[in-house]
Amino acid sequence: MAEARGAAARGAAHGRNARAPELIELYRRMVTIREAEKSCGALFAAGEIPGFIHLSDGQEGVSVGVMASLRADDTIASTHRGHGHALAKGLGLDGFFRELMGKADGACKGRGGSMHVADLSVGMLGANGIVGGGVAIALGSGLAQKLRGGDGLAICFFGDGALAEGIVHESLNIAQLKQIPILFVCENNGWSEFSPTSTQVTFTLEKLAAAYGIPYVGADGSDVETVAELAADVVDRVRRDRGPAVLEFATTRIRGHYEGDAQRYRQDKAPPVDPLLVARARLDERGVPAAEVEAIEADIRAEVRRAVEAARLSPDPTLESAAEEVYAPVEATA
Amino acid sequence: MSEARFAHAINRALDDALAADPSVLLLGEDIANAGGTFAVTRGLLDKHGPDRVIDMPIAENAIAGMAVGLALGGFRPVVEIMFMDFMTLTMDALVNQAAKLHFMFGGQSAVPMVVRTQHGGGLNAGPQHSQCLEAWFAHIPGLKVVVPATLDDAYALLRSAIDDPNPVLFVENKALYPMKGALSDAPPAAPIGKARIARAGSDVTIVSYGAMVHQAMAAAEQLAGEGVSAEVIDLRTVQPWDEAAVLASLAKTHRLVIAHEAVEAFGVGAEIAARMAQIGFDELDGPIMRVGAPFMPVPFGRGLEVDYMPSAARIVEAVRATDV
Repeated sequence: MAEARGAAARGAAHGRNARAPELIELYRRMVTIREAEKSCGALFAAGEIPGFIHLSDGQEGVSVGVMASLRADDTIASTHRGHGHALAKGLGLDGFFRELMGKADGACKGRGGSMHVADLSVGMLGANGIVGGGVAIALGSGLAQKLRGGDGLAICFFGDGALAEGIVHESLNIAQLKQIPILFVCENNGWSEFSPTSTQVTFTLEKLAAAYGIPYVGADGSDVETVAELAADVVDRVRRDRGPAVLEFATTRIRGHYEGDAQRYRQDKAPPVDPLLVARARLDERGVPAAEVEAIEADIRAEVRRAVEAARLSPDPTLESAAEEVYAPVEATA
Repeated sequence: MSEARFAHAINRALDDALAADPSVLLLGEDIANAGGTFAVTRGLLDKHGPDRVIDMPIAENAIAGMAVGLALGGFRPVVEIMFMDFMTLTMDALVNQAAKLHFMFGGQSAVPMVVRTQHGGGLNAGPQHSQCLEAWFAHIPGLKVVVPATLDDAYALLRSAIDDPNPVLFVENKALYPMKGALSDAPPAAPIGKARIARAGSDVTIVSYGAMVHQAMAAAEQLAGEGVSAEVIDLRTVQPWDEAAVLASLAKTHRLVIAHEAVEAFGVGAEIAARMAQIGFDELDGPIMRVGAPFMPVPFGRGLEVDYMPSAARIVEAVRATDV
């Protein structure tokens, strides 16, 4: 189990944060991601989504919990496993599905796809096909937030696989050195693609953060309430203190590295901890009627179905229109 | 008009850009307190402050990546990468990120950033501090590559690069920094992508850019003494390059030589030669000749490096080989 659940499973002590959204709302957002991912899997299997996709099933608690504290003017840079981040930050289902299906009216006009989906209007600076590729971009975005004044911040999401990348180390150093308002959020699912991360790095992120003098909090990412409360506290602190912080969440990668990955390399036989089931059980405990929860789920399923149908009817882009946007026109910002 | 050094033209362009636009800022190693390895940014910290002229640790990859984030965040970062050889460490940020974002995000955002760096030999700096790698970047859709040859152009092209909404690699030749020349009080604008006729001629076209323009001019001078009239085109911008200007000159002279300091194989000259062979075939009265460095790392030893670097004499030889 340790193999697949990363290094940060220790729960950090914390109190209930009044600013964290109610569990029912957090659950609704997680279901939206899960249902979207389910459809992605089916569309990919049917050949309707080209390329390759990396589903974020099991990591919804982190996307939803962290994003609950963010504003539209806060920015995030994401990873190749970025669907959940994009949806939680505010990318609509229509733009999302149209982009993944490569349509002209997709969020990125069908030129980015799953690994490069972005929506700058909601501060989502892009998924990234390069492991660690978004980290320094978020750092620059955080510096922009600082130089602009105000209390905006930047977040970089990265997986534990990126811990071995030099850019993470360079960026932690610079973030602390220059006191940049950035939150480094590691989704530690224990896997660096096809290899256990324990076979790839000799340190823990907690110790790494300590080496750079950056405050660190680690927690269980399958408990969306815990994530939301911790994130609210840490985001508040970064907003106020204008310096970096590191959050690490132990998560589960329910699907393979990419869709279609049979995961023959996996030894862990224990069932994954599913953040949706954790939250669902808690809703039951608190007496939220099952009918109410099921109605939410049915609504979301219908919404996703509608977005997929709309994407199917969307036009394909042309090479001519793509060729026009290799460069931004000089007069646009001159 | 005043006499100045090439490095000063760049300093003035940075100074004026910082003064003109509050979104411009400089990032680089030793550029603030130390004023830059070649003193190009000297004095700018005092004038514009530490929020605009920012010393960075020795972390080229992160510096370039941060520039992308700053550009997306409404700033116009101008990064200095101390030697072009160190651009190897910025490749993800430049090639996978900066170059792609406008296209890959469906035109949602531009990435207005400049990376200033310097290339070239002549200082016996050896294989890891002398390379001319501009062809790499010219090969990447989404990047622009500018290489000035004169003081006025160094100023005007850098201002154009900073104003450009795209990522621009601005390459200065280190051997040019101490070069003295005339710097206009208000240098004429130099739009990216437009070549300049450095010397008009009618018998052969010599296309060049950067420091090699001066070798081309010396070659033209020598050829004039032999009764051969050479037209020297200063490309100024390698990507996008001014195909129309080269073709127009070829249509006039019917002979073409391309000279650059970078190694000849798979270089900028190869692209220009291929295009002109395709679209200017009917204009050609002789073979297209290339002058570049031999296919080897830049050697260190004094004599070795002199022999390695393309010269006016080699350009003259190449002109003769065009059947002029």
